[in-house]
Amino acid sequence: MLYREAGDYKTTYAKDNQTFPIKFDRVAYYVLLLVAFCVVPFFINDYWANAVLVPFLIYVIATLGLNILIGYCGQLSLGTGGFMAVGAFASYKLMTAFPEVSIIIHILIAGGITALVGMLFGLPSLRIKGFYLAVATLAAQFFLVWLFNRVPWFYNYSASGQISAPERTVLGVNVTGPNVDAWAQYMVCLVFVVVCAWLARNLTRGNLGRSWMAIRDMDIAAEIIGVNPLKAKLTAFAVSSFFIGIAGALLFTVYLGAAEVGEAFGISKSFLVLFMVIIGGLGSIFGSFAGAAFMVLVPVFLKNFLVGGMGWPTDVAAHFQFVIVGGLIVAFLILEPHGLAALWRVTKEKLRLWPFPH
Amino acid sequence: MKLKLATMAVAAVMAAAPVMADLVYPSLSYRTGPYAAGGIPFADGYADYFTLLNERDGGIGGVMTSVPECETGYSTEKGVECYEATKGGGALVYQPLSTGITYQLIPKVTADGIPMHTMGYGRTSAANGKVFRNVFNYPANYWDGASIAVNHLLSINDGDIKGKKVALVYHNSAYGKEPIRTLEELAKKHGFELSLLAVDHPGQEQKSQWLQIRREKPDYVLMWGWGVMNQVAIQEAANIKFPMENFIGVWWSGGEHDVLPSGDGANGYKAVTFHGVGSDYPIYADIQKYVVDTGKAAGAGDQLGTAVYNRGLYAAMLAAEATRTAQEMTGNAQITAADMRNGMEALEITEERMTKLGMPNFGPSFKVSCANHGGPGTAAIAQWDASAKKWSLINDYGPSDGDVIGPLIEEDSMAYAAENNIELGCK
Repeated sequence: MLYREAGDYKTTYAKDNQTFPIKFDRVAYYVLLLVAFCVVPFFINDYWANAVLVPFLIYVIATLGLNILIGYCGQLSLGTGGFMAVGAFASYKLMTAFPEVSIIIHILIAGGITALVGMLFGLPSLRIKGFYLAVATLAAQFFLVWLFNRVPWFYNYSASGQISAPERTVLGVNVTGPNVDAWAQYMVCLVFVVVCAWLARNLTRGNLGRSWMAIRDMDIAAEIIGVNPLKAKLTAFAVSSFFIGIAGALLFTVYLGAAEVGEAFGISKSFLVLFMVIIGGLGSIFGSFAGAAFMVLVPVFLKNFLVGGMGWPTDVAAHFQFVIVGGLIVAFLILEPHGLAALWRVTKEKLRLWPFPH
Repeated sequence: MKLKLATMAVAAVMAAAPVMADLVYPSLSYRTGPYAAGGIPFADGYADYFTLLNERDGGIGGVMTSVPECETGYSTEKGVECYEATKGGGALVYQPLSTGITYQLIPKVTADGIPMHTMGYGRTSAANGKVFRNVFNYPANYWDGASIAVNHLLSINDGDIKGKKVALVYHNSAYGKEPIRTLEELAKKHGFELSLLAVDHPGQEQKSQWLQIRREKPDYVLMWGWGVMNQVAIQEAANIKFPMENFIGVWWSGGEHDVLPSGDGANGYKAVTFHGVGSDYPIYADIQKYVVDTGKAAGAGDQLGTAVYNRGLYAAMLAAEATRTAQEMTGNAQITAADMRNGMEALEITEERMTKLGMPNFGPSFKVSCANHGGPGTAAIAQWDASAKKWSLINDYGPSDGDVIGPLIEEDSMAYAAENNIELGCK
């Protein structure tokens, strides 16, 4: 019904290679973009921005980043929280040192700094892989958090070790600080998400992405056919950390406004983003969106439903939330080990034939 | 998937919209996670006091109160979500019971015009009402706590602690780091040696810190801990046979649940407190009659009379009194958040009033002013008696060292004002 492909012919390679080869998908994509850019900003309020959409968008960027590393290049990393902290602290130092420069540029530079740090911690990946690499990146997580706690220069010698984002504007509109409007917060994150997703999609289907995937599938074979593992692995770490750094910078500047490294960028953040990648689907751009949506929206929804809708006490609801989310994760992984993206692909195939499967 | 979830979330949010025309005191509580041990009694005390007002007096000034709860789990991200979820329902005052969330909310409440009361926690320099117009931290703050702990050390050493070694065991977060600056100043002034031992979240792992204490043998240990960290620290101190009477916690490390797990080992442990301990107050008869016996007690109803429950009661009492003040000032029974702010700034707590409320000598008498949102900063030392299983005050409420704290507050708040281009109030 929905996916009627009759008459949807491809006559050129370019058409056959496009991101959304099915017309219905393509239309849906443009409609979604239109709604996201032109409708949502007019209806968004503080609650929707701060509780749902802004964290969702920011985690999408982080998940895209980690997905490039794990899903496309096959390098397991548990350092996401630490790399997000690098992005946050880099943007903080830049914001306070150069107040006249635009925040957008600061966030991009923060991403660049994180990319350098990520490459540095990616060096061990040339010698070790799998779980051993995970442990090496875990060291990065603990080292970076310790560093930002230990060296007062990073938090401008504030008494409490907290960093707080001063007020900054883009085109005359506040995007950080207390007086920011919900739509402005949302729009900044949305633009970053769209650009990052576009970048990720095009990187992963180009030369670079193919070399990453070759390394992922079998690194020795990849080396034999001429893929340089040094270049492939380090670029994966760089691009991944760039995205994660941007996510960390946005999380701190636009979303939280104030952050404390141990609390906001601890090991639990690394696992959260890793779960998003696994639940969404390894090696899938759509999966990054789906995974982030699942991990951000389900707890909020459950909380509202159990406490607001059913009138449960908050502590019982909070405990059940863990049970339900945990149960759902296990169920998803058993039913569809390749994540929500694979689930979506199967659904789509069914929909193509529906309602006449035979 | 996404769309469906979104629509379901919309429906849930709609269903969750609170009823207006109440006096609303949102409680950003945490009854789960490693900090629940402290979060539960506070949230229970806070809710029970308002339930008592509803049941006994029919609310405040004839308007019923409501305390919508939102679980934060002590996480700043959930704290922001809770704040946004509850602020639309006519919230009068926020008490997040978390220094991290406080830092997050200070700019937000200022922009939204809702007052925030961080009693004994939060950003200490918020005591400067000229800068922090919407934030209050009366009657005492961390720096008062640090100073009063040092004053106690002075008094048991006949005024001379030169050359003594003092270790601070602190939660490695904004909360734990707050007293360091004051303690450093006090160390300079009184000539004691300060060493700092950070404990990372959540605080279950403290072997190395206590090994260091064993090696360095400090004369006194101060603690800025919260949640599970307190129990572990007291247990570790008992394990290395550190003399408990030389171990002083701030008020957040002074709950029954912190010392009970160590049994007799915790006997003699001291904690600073800025309000009364125990259930020996007339108000408890009313709570029993109107709240517990009617089955309306918050939570499991088993926290009555504990130190942190009392703090919740005290916080609720101060909020209710500020509401009453605001009602008198405006002449309206249904006040707004802006009225509440003015009410808090004009709040005056007298001994007479506290006696009338059934809480005689529960806390200090004080008056909040436009410039001073911090109250008198008096506190006492309570000591744990493990055989009787109760806290008792071992000295009177004493003042903190204003000569040291005053300039620090001025300096820190002015730096904040300069950073954020805040125009000073209270001309």
